[in-house]
Amino acid sequence: MTNLAPLVSTVSAAFLGSFVEVVEAFTIVLAVGLTRGWRPALTGAALALAALAAFVLAFGPLLALVPITTLQFVVGVLLILFGMRWLRKAILRSVGIVPLHDEEAAFSNETAALRRQAGDRRADYLAGLAAFKAVLLEGVEVVFIVIAVGGAHGQTLAAGLGALAAFLLVMMIGLAVHRPLARVPENALKFVVGLMLTSFGIFWTGEGLGADWPGADLALLAIFAVVALASLAIVRWLRDARPAPAGGNLR
Amino acid sequence: MNIVHMAAKEFVGMFIDDGSLALLALVLIAGIAAAVKLLALPPLLGGILLLIGCLVILAQSVRRAALRLP
Repeated sequence: MTNLAPLVSTVSAAFLGSFVEVVEAFTIVLAVGLTRGWRPALTGAALALAALAAFVLAFGPLLALVPITTLQFVVGVLLILFGMRWLRKAILRSVGIVPLHDEEAAFSNETAALRRQAGDRRADYLAGLAAFKAVLLEGVEVVFIVIAVGGAHGQTLAAGLGALAAFLLVMMIGLAVHRPLARVPENALKFVVGLMLTSFGIFWTGEGLGADWPGADLALLAIFAVVALASLAIVRWLRDARPAPAGGNLR
Repeated sequence: MNIVHMAAKEFVGMFIDDGSLALLALVLIAGIAAAVKLLALPPLLGGILLLIGCLVILAQSVRRAALRLP
Protein backbone atom coordinates (compact mmCIF):
# COMPACT_ATOMS: atom_id res chain seq x y z
CA MET A 1 0.00 0.00 0.00
CA THR A 2 2.88 2.30 0.89
CA ASN A 3 4.34 1.77 -2.60
CA LEU A 4 0.98 1.72 -4.35
CA ALA A 5 -0.17 5.15 -3.12
CA PRO A 6 2.54 7.20 -4.85
CA LEU A 7 2.32 5.04 -7.99
CA VAL A 8 -1.44 5.55 -8.30
CA SER A 9 -1.04 9.25 -7.50
CA THR A 10 1.73 9.62 -10.09
CA VAL A 11 -0.14 7.85 -12.87
CA SER A 12 -3.40 9.68 -12.05
CA ALA A 13 -1.74 13.12 -11.98
CA ALA A 14 0.10 12.45 -15.25
CA PHE A 15 -3.04 11.05 -16.90
CA LEU A 16 -5.41 13.83 -15.81
CA GLY A 17 -2.94 16.68 -16.37
CA SER A 18 -2.02 15.36 -19.81
CA PHE A 19 -5.66 14.71 -20.71
CA VAL A 20 -6.54 18.39 -20.25
CA GLU A 21 -3.52 19.54 -22.25
CA VAL A 22 -4.10 17.06 -25.08
CA VAL A 23 -7.76 18.12 -25.33
CA GLU A 24 -6.64 21.75 -25.83
CA ALA A 25 -4.03 20.81 -28.45
CA PHE A 26 -6.51 18.50 -30.21
CA THR A 27 -8.98 21.38 -30.62
CA ILE A 28 -6.44 23.44 -32.58
CA VAL A 29 -5.16 20.53 -34.68
CA LEU A 30 -8.77 19.59 -35.48
CA ALA A 31 -9.53 23.19 -36.51
CA VAL A 32 -6.50 23.18 -38.82
CA GLY A 33 -7.38 19.76 -40.23
CA LEU A 34 -11.00 20.60 -40.97
CA THR A 35 -10.26 24.08 -42.32
CA ARG A 36 -7.02 23.66 -44.28
CA GLY A 37 -6.71 19.89 -44.64
CA TRP A 38 -4.99 17.16 -42.66
CA ARG A 39 -1.58 17.48 -44.29
CA PRO A 40 -0.56 20.77 -42.59
CA ALA A 41 -2.35 19.73 -39.38
CA LEU A 42 -0.58 16.41 -39.04
CA THR A 43 2.77 17.74 -40.30
CA GLY A 44 2.73 20.54 -37.71
CA ALA A 45 1.67 18.17 -34.93
CA ALA A 46 4.26 15.55 -35.89
CA LEU A 47 7.07 18.12 -36.02
CA ALA A 48 6.10 19.41 -32.58
CA LEU A 49 6.06 15.87 -31.16
CA ALA A 50 9.50 15.28 -32.72
CA ALA A 51 10.80 18.52 -31.14
CA LEU A 52 9.43 17.44 -27.75
CA ALA A 53 10.99 13.98 -28.10
CA ALA A 54 14.35 15.56 -28.99
CA PHE A 55 14.08 17.84 -25.95
CA VAL A 56 13.34 14.90 -23.62
CA LEU A 57 16.14 12.77 -25.11
CA ALA A 58 18.61 15.67 -24.81
CA PHE A 59 17.82 16.78 -21.28
CA GLY A 60 16.17 13.72 -19.69
CA PRO A 61 19.42 11.84 -18.97
CA LEU A 62 20.83 14.92 -17.20
CA LEU A 63 18.25 14.43 -14.42
CA ALA A 64 20.00 11.19 -13.42
CA LEU A 65 23.10 13.25 -12.58
CA VAL A 66 21.27 15.41 -10.02
CA PRO A 67 21.32 14.14 -6.39
CA ILE A 68 17.86 12.87 -5.42
CA THR A 69 17.28 15.32 -2.53
CA THR A 70 18.26 18.27 -4.75
CA LEU A 71 15.99 16.96 -7.51
CA GLN A 72 13.10 16.52 -5.08
CA PHE A 73 13.55 20.04 -3.74
CA VAL A 74 13.83 21.72 -7.17
CA VAL A 75 10.97 19.69 -8.69
CA GLY A 76 8.93 20.26 -5.52
CA VAL A 77 9.35 24.04 -5.73
CA LEU A 78 8.43 24.07 -9.44
CA LEU A 79 5.41 21.84 -8.74
CA ILE A 80 4.22 24.17 -5.98
CA LEU A 81 4.36 27.12 -8.40
CA PHE A 82 2.80 25.14 -11.27
CA GLY A 83 0.13 23.43 -9.14
CA MET A 84 -0.91 26.56 -7.25
CA ARG A 85 -1.25 28.41 -10.56
CA TRP A 86 -3.66 25.72 -11.83
CA LEU A 87 -5.48 25.60 -8.52
CA ARG A 88 -5.86 29.37 -8.31
CA LYS A 89 -7.31 29.53 -11.82
CA ALA A 90 -9.62 26.57 -11.19
CA ILE A 91 -10.93 28.19 -7.98
CA LEU A 92 -11.50 31.53 -9.74
CA ARG A 93 -13.28 29.73 -12.60
CA SER A 94 -15.44 27.69 -10.24
CA VAL A 95 -16.82 30.86 -8.61
CA GLY A 96 -17.24 32.66 -11.94
CA ILE A 97 -14.50 35.27 -11.48
CA VAL A 98 -12.64 33.93 -14.51
CA PRO A 99 -14.68 32.52 -17.43
CA LEU A 100 -14.56 28.78 -18.05
CA HIS A 101 -12.32 27.57 -20.86
CA ASP A 102 -14.58 26.86 -23.83
CA GLU A 103 -13.29 24.37 -26.43
CA GLU A 104 -16.10 25.28 -28.87
CA ALA A 105 -15.06 28.95 -28.66
CA ALA A 106 -11.37 28.07 -29.06
CA PHE A 107 -12.28 25.96 -32.11
CA SER A 108 -14.39 28.75 -33.61
CA ASN A 109 -11.69 31.37 -33.03
CA GLU A 110 -9.00 29.19 -34.61
CA THR A 111 -11.24 28.31 -37.57
CA ALA A 112 -12.07 31.98 -38.14
CA ALA A 113 -8.38 32.94 -38.00
CA LEU A 114 -7.49 30.20 -40.50
CA ARG A 115 -10.28 31.31 -42.87
CA ARG A 116 -8.96 34.89 -42.75
CA GLN A 117 -5.59 33.55 -43.87
CA ALA A 118 -7.11 31.47 -46.69
CA GLY A 119 -6.09 33.98 -49.38
CA ASP A 120 -2.49 34.09 -48.21
CA ARG A 121 -0.16 32.02 -50.39
CA ARG A 122 1.45 30.79 -47.16
CA ALA A 123 -1.92 29.63 -45.78
CA ASP A 124 -0.89 25.97 -45.48
CA TYR A 125 2.37 26.94 -43.80
CA LEU A 126 0.55 29.21 -41.32
CA ALA A 127 -1.99 26.48 -40.63
CA GLY A 128 0.78 23.95 -40.02
CA LEU A 129 2.50 26.46 -37.76
CA ALA A 130 -0.70 26.86 -35.72
CA ALA A 131 -0.86 23.08 -35.22
CA PHE A 132 2.87 22.99 -34.40
CA LYS A 133 2.56 25.75 -31.81
CA ALA A 134 -0.49 24.22 -30.14
CA VAL A 135 1.09 20.78 -29.81
CA LEU A 136 4.47 22.19 -28.74
CA LEU A 137 3.07 24.54 -26.09
CA GLU A 138 0.64 22.04 -24.59
CA GLY A 139 3.26 19.32 -25.00
CA VAL A 140 5.83 21.27 -22.96
CA GLU A 141 3.36 21.22 -20.08
CA VAL A 142 2.79 17.47 -20.52
CA VAL A 143 6.56 16.84 -20.51
CA PHE A 144 6.95 18.93 -17.36
CA ILE A 145 4.10 17.12 -15.60
CA VAL A 146 5.54 13.71 -16.51
CA ILE A 147 9.07 14.60 -15.42
CA ALA A 148 7.91 16.43 -12.30
CA VAL A 149 5.47 13.88 -10.92
CA GLY A 150 7.57 10.90 -11.98
CA GLY A 151 11.17 12.03 -11.78
CA ALA A 152 11.54 12.66 -8.07
CA HIS A 153 10.48 9.09 -7.19
CA GLY A 154 11.95 7.21 -10.13
CA GLN A 155 8.50 6.73 -11.68
CA THR A 156 9.00 8.62 -14.93
CA LEU A 157 8.02 5.56 -16.96
CA ALA A 158 4.73 5.15 -15.06
CA ALA A 159 4.01 8.88 -15.44
CA GLY A 160 4.86 8.64 -19.15
CA LEU A 161 2.45 5.73 -19.56
CA GLY A 162 -0.26 7.78 -17.83
CA ALA A 163 0.33 10.63 -20.29
CA LEU A 164 0.37 8.22 -23.23
CA ALA A 165 -2.94 6.73 -22.10
CA ALA A 166 -4.43 10.25 -21.97
CA PHE A 167 -3.10 10.99 -25.47
CA LEU A 168 -4.55 7.77 -26.89
CA LEU A 169 -7.90 8.27 -25.16
CA VAL A 170 -8.29 11.83 -26.48
CA MET A 171 -7.31 10.69 -29.98
CA MET A 172 -9.80 7.81 -29.90
CA ILE A 173 -12.67 9.98 -28.66
CA GLY A 174 -11.68 12.89 -30.91
CA LEU A 175 -11.45 10.76 -34.06
CA ALA A 176 -14.79 9.14 -33.20
CA VAL A 177 -16.73 12.37 -32.62
CA HIS A 178 -14.70 14.49 -35.07
CA ARG A 179 -15.36 17.71 -33.16
CA PRO A 180 -13.90 19.60 -30.18
CA LEU A 181 -14.25 17.75 -26.89
CA ALA A 182 -16.36 20.51 -25.39
CA ARG A 183 -18.16 18.23 -22.92
CA VAL A 184 -15.01 17.32 -21.05
CA PRO A 185 -15.35 18.85 -17.54
CA GLU A 186 -12.10 20.75 -17.96
CA ASN A 187 -12.29 22.91 -14.87
CA ALA A 188 -13.09 19.98 -12.59
CA LEU A 189 -10.11 18.11 -14.06
CA LYS A 190 -7.87 21.15 -13.67
CA PHE A 191 -9.06 21.56 -10.08
CA VAL A 192 -8.10 17.96 -9.26
CA VAL A 193 -4.79 18.19 -11.12
CA GLY A 194 -3.99 21.47 -9.35
CA LEU A 195 -4.67 19.76 -6.00
CA MET A 196 -2.47 16.80 -6.95
CA LEU A 197 0.45 18.85 -8.27
CA THR A 198 0.40 21.21 -5.30
CA SER A 199 0.34 18.22 -2.93
CA PHE A 200 3.24 16.54 -4.77
CA GLY A 201 5.13 19.84 -4.63
CA ILE A 202 4.68 20.28 -0.87
CA PHE A 203 5.55 16.61 -0.24
CA TRP A 204 8.75 16.66 -2.27
CA THR A 205 9.90 20.07 -1.15
CA GLY A 206 9.50 18.76 2.40
CA GLU A 207 11.46 15.61 1.54
CA GLY A 208 14.12 17.75 -0.13
CA LEU A 209 14.44 19.67 3.14
CA GLY A 210 14.87 16.38 4.99
CA ALA A 211 11.35 15.99 6.40
CA ASP A 212 10.54 12.45 7.47
CA TRP A 213 6.80 12.54 6.76
CA PRO A 214 4.73 10.36 9.11
CA GLY A 215 3.47 7.33 7.17
CA ALA A 216 6.16 7.89 4.52
CA ASP A 217 4.55 8.04 1.05
CA LEU A 218 1.04 7.79 2.52
CA ALA A 219 1.55 11.32 3.82
CA LEU A 220 0.99 12.42 0.22
CA LEU A 221 -2.67 11.38 0.54
CA ALA A 222 -3.02 13.29 3.81
CA ILE A 223 -1.49 16.41 2.24
CA PHE A 224 -3.85 16.02 -0.73
CA ALA A 225 -6.83 15.78 1.63
CA VAL A 226 -5.79 18.92 3.53
CA VAL A 227 -5.18 20.91 0.31
CA ALA A 228 -8.50 19.68 -1.16
CA LEU A 229 -10.52 20.58 1.95
CA ALA A 230 -8.86 24.00 2.18
CA SER A 231 -9.46 24.70 -1.54
CA LEU A 232 -13.13 23.70 -1.31
CA ALA A 233 -13.45 25.92 1.78
CA ILE A 234 -11.92 28.80 -0.21
CA VAL A 235 -14.46 28.21 -3.02
CA ARG A 236 -17.30 28.25 -0.52
CA TRP A 237 -15.91 31.36 1.19
CA LEU A 238 -15.65 33.21 -2.16
CA ARG A 239 -19.16 32.12 -3.18
CA ASP A 240 -20.56 33.43 0.10
CA ALA A 241 -18.66 36.69 -0.25
CA ARG A 242 -19.72 37.34 -3.84
CA PRO A 243 -23.06 37.46 -5.64
CA ALA A 244 -24.07 34.31 -7.57
CA PRO A 245 -21.88 34.01 -10.69
CA ALA A 246 -23.15 33.59 -14.22
CA GLY A 247 -21.98 30.17 -15.30
CA GLY A 248 -19.34 29.64 -12.65
CA ASN A 249 -19.03 26.03 -11.52
CA LEU A 250 -16.51 23.28 -11.12
CA ARG A 251 -17.07 22.09 -14.66
CA MET B 1 14.39 31.75 -32.78
CA ASN B 2 10.82 32.94 -32.58
CA ILE B 3 9.71 29.41 -31.68
CA VAL B 4 12.40 29.12 -28.99
CA HIS B 5 11.37 32.49 -27.56
CA MET B 6 7.73 31.45 -27.61
CA ALA B 7 8.48 28.12 -25.91
CA ALA B 8 10.65 29.86 -23.27
CA LYS B 9 7.91 32.41 -22.60
CA GLU B 10 5.35 29.64 -22.30
CA PHE B 11 7.66 27.72 -19.95
CA VAL B 12 7.98 30.72 -17.61
CA GLY B 13 4.23 31.30 -17.88
CA MET B 14 3.66 27.74 -16.68
CA PHE B 15 4.88 28.76 -13.24
CA ILE B 16 3.98 32.43 -13.00
CA ASP B 17 0.44 33.67 -13.54
CA ASP B 18 -0.13 35.86 -10.51
CA GLY B 19 3.36 37.29 -9.87
CA SER B 20 2.55 38.01 -6.24
CA LEU B 21 1.54 34.38 -5.59
CA ALA B 22 4.76 33.08 -7.16
CA LEU B 23 6.91 35.59 -5.28
CA LEU B 24 5.27 34.90 -1.91
CA ALA B 25 5.57 31.13 -2.46
CA LEU B 26 9.28 31.48 -3.26
CA VAL B 27 9.84 33.71 -0.21
CA LEU B 28 8.00 31.16 1.96
CA ILE B 29 10.08 28.26 0.63
CA ALA B 30 13.34 30.21 0.98
CA GLY B 31 12.45 31.26 4.53
CA ILE B 32 11.59 27.71 5.59
CA ALA B 33 14.69 26.27 3.88
CA ALA B 34 16.86 28.85 5.67
CA ALA B 35 15.19 28.10 9.01
CA VAL B 36 15.76 24.35 8.53
CA LYS B 37 19.38 24.67 7.41
CA LEU B 38 20.55 27.58 9.58
CA LEU B 39 18.26 27.68 12.62
CA ALA B 40 17.84 23.93 13.10
CA LEU B 41 14.07 24.04 12.57
CA PRO B 42 12.92 20.38 12.47
CA PRO B 43 12.38 19.51 8.75
CA LEU B 44 8.97 17.96 9.45
CA LEU B 45 7.83 21.19 11.10
CA GLY B 46 9.21 23.00 8.05
CA GLY B 47 7.09 20.76 5.80
CA ILE B 48 3.97 21.44 7.86
CA LEU B 49 4.64 25.18 7.80
CA LEU B 50 5.09 24.93 4.03
CA LEU B 51 1.67 23.27 3.69
CA ILE B 52 -0.06 25.90 5.83
CA GLY B 53 1.83 28.77 4.18
CA CYS B 54 0.94 27.63 0.66
CA LEU B 55 -2.75 27.50 1.57
CA VAL B 56 -2.65 30.96 3.15
CA ILE B 57 -0.91 32.38 0.06
CA LEU B 58 -3.47 30.70 -2.22
CA ALA B 59 -6.39 32.08 -0.19
CA GLN B 60 -4.85 35.55 -0.20
CA SER B 61 -4.26 35.41 -3.98
CA VAL B 62 -7.82 34.38 -4.90
CA ARG B 63 -9.27 36.87 -2.43
CA ARG B 64 -7.25 39.65 -4.05
CA ALA B 65 -8.44 38.55 -7.51
CA ALA B 66 -12.05 38.48 -6.28
CA LEU B 67 -11.80 42.00 -4.86
CA ARG B 68 -10.09 43.36 -7.98
CA LEU B 69 -12.92 42.30 -10.26
CA PRO B 70 -16.42 43.82 -10.06
